[in-house]
Amino acid sequence: MAGDLRITVNGKQHRVDTSDDTPLLYVLRNELQLNGPRFGCGLSQCGACTVHLNGDAVRSCVTPVSAAVGGAVTTLEGLGTVEKPHPLQQAFLEEQAVQCGYCINGIIMTAAALLTKNPRATESQIRSALAGNLCRCGTHMRILRAVRRVARA
Amino acid sequence: MVTAEVSRRTFLKGGGALVVAFSLPSELAAQSVPPARSVKALPADQIDSWLAIGQDGRVTLYCGKVELGTGVETALSQIVAEELDVDFRRMTIVQGDTGRTPDQGYTVGSKTIQVGGPPIRQAAAEARQTLLSLASSHLGEPAEQLVVRDGVVSVKGDSTKQVSYERLIGGRRFERAVTKNAPLKAPGRYSIVGKPVRRVDIPAKVTGTHVYVQNVRVRGMLHGRVVRPSAIGAVLGGVDEASVAGMPSVVKVVTQGNFVGVVAEREEQAIQAASALKVTWQTPRPLPAMTALWDTIRDAPTTEKALVNTGDVDAGLAGAARVLHATYRYPFQMHAAIGPSCAVADVRPDGATVWSGTQGPYPLRTSLASLLAMPAEQVRVIFVEASGCYGHNGADDAAADAALLSRAVGKPVRVQWMRYDEHGWEPKGPAMVMEVRAGLDGGGNVVAWDYTVWTPTHSTRPDGQAGNLLAGQLAGAAQAKNPFIGGDRNARHPYVIKNERVTARWFAAPLLRSSALRGLGAPQNTYANESFMDELATTAAADPVQFRQRHLSDPQANAVVAAVAKLAGWVPRPAPSKRPPGSGVSRGRGIAFAQYENAFAYVATVADVDVNHATGEVRVARVFVAHDCGLIVNPDGLRNQIEGSVVQTISRALKEEVTFDGSGVTSVDWRSYPILTFPEVPERIEIALINHPERPALGAGEPTACTVPAAIGNAIADATGVRLRTVPFTAERVKEALSRV
Repeated sequence: MAGDLRITVNGKQHRVDTSDDTPLLYVLRNELQLNGPRFGCGLSQCGACTVHLNGDAVRSCVTPVSAAVGGAVTTLEGLGTVEKPHPLQQAFLEEQAVQCGYCINGIIMTAAALLTKNPRATESQIRSALAGNLCRCGTHMRILRAVRRVARA
Repeated sequence: MVTAEVSRRTFLKGGGALVVAFSLPSELAAQSVPPARSVKALPADQIDSWLAIGQDGRVTLYCGKVELGTGVETALSQIVAEELDVDFRRMTIVQGDTGRTPDQGYTVGSKTIQVGGPPIRQAAAEARQTLLSLASSHLGEPAEQLVVRDGVVSVKGDSTKQVSYERLIGGRRFERAVTKNAPLKAPGRYSIVGKPVRRVDIPAKVTGTHVYVQNVRVRGMLHGRVVRPSAIGAVLGGVDEASVAGMPSVVKVVTQGNFVGVVAEREEQAIQAASALKVTWQTPRPLPAMTALWDTIRDAPTTEKALVNTGDVDAGLAGAARVLHATYRYPFQMHAAIGPSCAVADVRPDGATVWSGTQGPYPLRTSLASLLAMPAEQVRVIFVEASGCYGHNGADDAAADAALLSRAVGKPVRVQWMRYDEHGWEPKGPAMVMEVRAGLDGGGNVVAWDYTVWTPTHSTRPDGQAGNLLAGQLAGAAQAKNPFIGGDRNARHPYVIKNERVTARWFAAPLLRSSALRGLGAPQNTYANESFMDELATTAAADPVQFRQRHLSDPQANAVVAAVAKLAGWVPRPAPSKRPPGSGVSRGRGIAFAQYENAFAYVATVADVDVNHATGEVRVARVFVAHDCGLIVNPDGLRNQIEGSVVQTISRALKEEVTFDGSGVTSVDWRSYPILTFPEVPERIEIALINHPERPALGAGEPTACTVPAAIGNAIADATGVRLRTVPFTAERVKEALSRV
């Protein structure tokens, strides 16, 4: 079904002309020109495309855009900016918890959703929450330190 | 032809932090630095090829090396800022653009700082000397009386007499050769090199504003996807264009030889069309069964090369008190970037512009020129950072795909590989077999060593050949010729053994398309050498650390082994500490040592593992690394690289093996090729850095990776008494090995 869909992303309403079943990821990237969520696998296996839908971390590569109609989508860009970073973004800077950074979107978005629900998450809870987010550079130790830094704050 | 800036990096004020701003290519932003120069104007012996100082005092480094996620743009900027005596925050870097940067070949082999750094440092020193000479004339004082502080030259003892770099040369060219005679700053005076300067790319990477090649958008750009053959070597039977005729936004089905692709206006529709397109293939002779992999390698015709042959190995073995023999096997593994390869190409009759995450913009340019039958001067390759690659993955191939599709439609085309493209078709790190025999004398000393590695070449990089690009192979380009590279890396152990022979047996056909994966053959060879050293230590009833140390003569080698033993709190013991086989979880500890390429960084690693006897599951609990790569440019960046090497190579050692059937690769996603996850990474990784400011800086991206598989294998042997001679150490394999005890 093609249609004129209204979605709210990072607090702003957008009208997009696409079919209902288009994955949200392509709408965010190609219609709204957002770069935070990234294509990694299209299979919900790696987490690179993670965004928040009504506060929950979801995989935008397998979420049809129609599922976002009437809801609120937040991307990495909506979480914070270089000038006003989210505490997690700041913590990743402090710990220098990035190598190539392609996975970092999904990791920050997943961790942010976790800490909203469980602000004092333990090391093992953080590890479990990130179990579905893959990082190939092996930046895991720094990433865990960065998330713990916020969980302890 | 599009010649826009892909990224313009500027400094924004704010808390002293370096902030990176970008303009996308479609916005055609004005440059803040001198504009694109023609390639002919970029000889490596001219300062202007490397450096420019703007009227605003910013320093731009034009760098042929590229950022692959390892932090080199920060480290190289530190080197320039140091040599030029400017604040680090004044630095801007332009990387890997055949229209604007010198040709520094590929960014590979842990050589960016080691080999790419020195010419940049020389150019900066020459620039500083030129500026001092200009300042001398300007201020009327001899150059020896001048000092520089953050780009301001002043007279010693009279700071009222001063002039800035930008006043002296801002916006103008140096017009001066890099003579290599300019004095280099003494390391004792370093204030920027050696400091853990924060990486310039991270603010944008954590806020979603970093420009990856996946984010390049060119006006009027279409989306392409490639339809790969049903089997390796399959020949195209036919394409039923009618099967996608009714699909929305499809622009064209492109066929060239066995290369098939679709172009659509919208990305999701290109994906749907590629999946819906009916293509028939003639299947070739199937690949050998995976169970026959090792025999296939051992039985392949080989070209033999003696790497070492000293003393009398046969007599040494014949006279030894004990002779040991072992065969080690290392499977195909993949780079497995999290972001599949991507490129944008704009191919017009009069020229082509390609945005790519390539490791080698210049060699890719000549390969694309060959593919497109265009003069190289008409092809511009612009590097834009991609997802980390860890070697030669699909980045160059995606550029070739985009180029063929763009030429066919006459418009810019973006191609991003799907996950199955990346897993299935990226060049793999090739499988290898290593066989070793050694003799011990009555005192437990190794008196003879005979080592053979069976390996294909580990490099099929573009190298100017269209046949090294997947699209080129499919489109019928001449078969590429590639020299034997990398399989013999670290084949020679680092120990002093009187009689030794090390032989490489190179074979031509690696079954699966292969190329450089982090460390090339060095992790495999080090796995064999360092596992076998442990087996010898066991036979000699010696402590593995002491056993190594008494066979090492190089003081730097001994120093890193001693440093890791101290860091880990190593308790001397015979190897292995005997454990009762049976139930529960047992802990073991192993060590491995390597000097990268037998010439560069020294690394010693200790791994602590827990082995579950019931399930065979191995958990690497703690890892300790001692690392000596000469001068350290950025200690935090170095730690990040070492930690990454440890985690990635634990993944390779415990989990990774590319599977295939008669048609091709069957590891096509993250379920069929699992990598290490957050719950599985170690509790901690501890690192001891040994700094030698007086020595050259050596590469650090790969050396640690060499040591990890053997350290883990040795720890498993320590925990269980069972030796694993085939990677990966999966639970099934460990359980099976334990059941044979």
